[in-house]
Amino acid sequence: MTVLTMAKALNAGLRRALEADAKVVIAGEDVGKLGGVFRVTEGLQKDFGDHRVIDSPLAESGIVGTAIGMALRGYRPVCEIQFDGFVYPAFDQIVSQVARLHFRSLGQLKVPLVIRIPFGGGIGAVEHHSESPEAYFCHTAGLKVVACSNPVDAYWMIQQAVASDDPIIFFEPKRRYHEKSEVDESATPVALHSARIVRSGSDLTLIGYGPTVRTCLDAAEAAAQEGRDLEVIDLRSLSPLDTSVVLESAQRTGRVVTVHEAPVNVSLGAELAARITEQCFYSLEAPVLRVGGFDTPYPPSRVEDEYLPDLDRVLDMVDRSLAY
Amino acid sequence: MSDASGVSTEVELVQLLTPEGERVGHPQYSFDGDDDQIRDWYRDMVLTRRIDTEATALQRQGELGLWASCLGQEAAQIGSGRALQKQDFVFPTYREHGVAWCCGVDPIHLLALYRGVNLGAWDSAATHFHIYTIVIGAQTLHATGYAMGVERDGLVGTGDPDRDVAVVGYFGDGATSQGDVNEAFIFASSYNAPIVFFCQNNQWAISEPIERQSRIPLYRRASGFGFPGVRVDGNDVLAVQAVTTAALERARSGNGPSFIEAYTYRMGAHTTSDDPTKYRLADELEHWRLKDPIQRVRAYLSRTGAGQDDFFGAVDAEAADYAADLRRRCLTLPEPHLLDLFDHVYAEQTPDLAEEKGRYAEYLESFDDSIPEAVEGHPQAEPAYGGIA
Repeated sequence: MTVLTMAKALNAGLRRALEADAKVVIAGEDVGKLGGVFRVTEGLQKDFGDHRVIDSPLAESGIVGTAIGMALRGYRPVCEIQFDGFVYPAFDQIVSQVARLHFRSLGQLKVPLVIRIPFGGGIGAVEHHSESPEAYFCHTAGLKVVACSNPVDAYWMIQQAVASDDPIIFFEPKRRYHEKSEVDESATPVALHSARIVRSGSDLTLIGYGPTVRTCLDAAEAAAQEGRDLEVIDLRSLSPLDTSVVLESAQRTGRVVTVHEAPVNVSLGAELAARITEQCFYSLEAPVLRVGGFDTPYPPSRVEDEYLPDLDRVLDMVDRSLAY
Repeated sequence: MSDASGVSTEVELVQLLTPEGERVGHPQYSFDGDDDQIRDWYRDMVLTRRIDTEATALQRQGELGLWASCLGQEAAQIGSGRALQKQDFVFPTYREHGVAWCCGVDPIHLLALYRGVNLGAWDSAATHFHIYTIVIGAQTLHATGYAMGVERDGLVGTGDPDRDVAVVGYFGDGATSQGDVNEAFIFASSYNAPIVFFCQNNQWAISEPIERQSRIPLYRRASGFGFPGVRVDGNDVLAVQAVTTAALERARSGNGPSFIEAYTYRMGAHTTSDDPTKYRLADELEHWRLKDPIQRVRAYLSRTGAGQDDFFGAVDAEAADYAADLRRRCLTLPEPHLLDLFDHVYAEQTPDLAEEKGRYAEYLESFDDSIPEAVEGHPQAEPAYGGIA
């Protein structure tokens, strides 16, 4: 049992993946000598060499496109996109190229590729460094999309993603990189594409992922002091969705509030609301409600605390749900 | 005279066989084969053109949704395709039908793609010919990454000509304006990847002439990225083969990427949906018709006596038979079923998609059940067609 930050847990997971399979390679801007701008890959180039931990030219489409080629040659690349807002130059390579190769080849081509993206706001950054672009990728058939919320999941999920034969977009909540917890490196991890109830409750279900799982837990804690018993689900897998956990919870509590940093318009929250409404219609006491970023571009950092769902906005939505 | 970059406008074009069919020498490149080989490539080009013509006809008859003709580019494709060793690997665009032929891809697969039966599902692992890429230039990055993998496999510069691997990324003149192609040049150069960038400059990107893509000859772009570029007469199969062979050897031996601009002409439309009379002059077509890649080889073979009428007749007959058989096979391609495709989206199927497939299967089955059987003596009424007699 070791106490690790999420960044260190990802580093440990990547190290284990590099050790487990000689075909695993890491590529991205500044991932080698510097160890990445968040130090997630720190020390890996020193230990595994610059043939396996590759400092890439500053071109995101090039990083993903060449990683696709390496995967076709039998490698298992893990690309890093330095910040969420820089992924768009690689959009074609992700949604039109790698996502479709298995389908286009009728299953002949497997492209095991992980694209790590530090995402979300809350770090006082300049523009394009605080985005939550997950819905774009969830909308694309052929991709799998996950988000870790804590060091334990970070450690296991990155290894599971590397081991997957499907292309995976791996979102890391950058404002949680330095949160610590104990990581048992000998434990048996839960399945990658499973959701998890991280706090049991009976009055209402909060669903978050990535950075908002902590927000949901804090809200549940505050609500408990007012006698409200909230359940919190960490979605973990954004595509495919583990609906079994979500639907069972929704049927039990009858009330659901989704919480993410991305705008709610055509969001994960929207998809969850649709599925819960369809499957749990007769169990619901209130419509599924959504808390998220607003439908503005991500704002200047001095007002990002207003934009990001916080404890108060989550509790306000909980009140609205309970008032039905 | 100098061009927009200030460099001399004198452009060198590597040529070993003139449009009149005369062999000419070049200080750096030579054709090392014999007349048997030239006859083989003549056959390759005639068959490629015949397949291409048949596909265009099938499209006109409604049997293909679209066809992207390679008419006029046979020498560029057969010359480069025949320079490949079996261990090399090709990343094509959607028009490399002649290269596909050289790699042993059954043309029925190309027709299946353009018929809409599948999305190009040939066995790329066996043929070393990756499936077609339609988004312009995207495949050059895949080719570069594949070459980076080859280098990591230790299959460059071993000195064993049967082991060392080179990768070829094909693209057109329009693609040189794409970011991906330029990024591919940078990655390949930075990592010294064993790749040949093979650009067929067929002068037209749908309706836009090469002048819209570049103010300098394309092959000169290479020097800006730090590797050699050469312009070859793309209608000269001997020169294309010689230049490509040298570039592949350079890549295999660990000397990194290079760029070939095969200077050719798109004799047909961009695709069967295009109408080139709207944007280019018939004179231009006539000018290039005199440089036809097949006619010049035929002229050479005829004049030297290496090919007689019986040879040409036999190749034409073989091509006609091949086309007839291909047509028959095209028309009998099995229709795809949407239900079968759900299983190919992921290597590991998701519960969501499996469920969606199940629901769709139930929906389809519901139709079977909903068709009432005709009761004897009471045939079902003929469907009405909105009162239109």
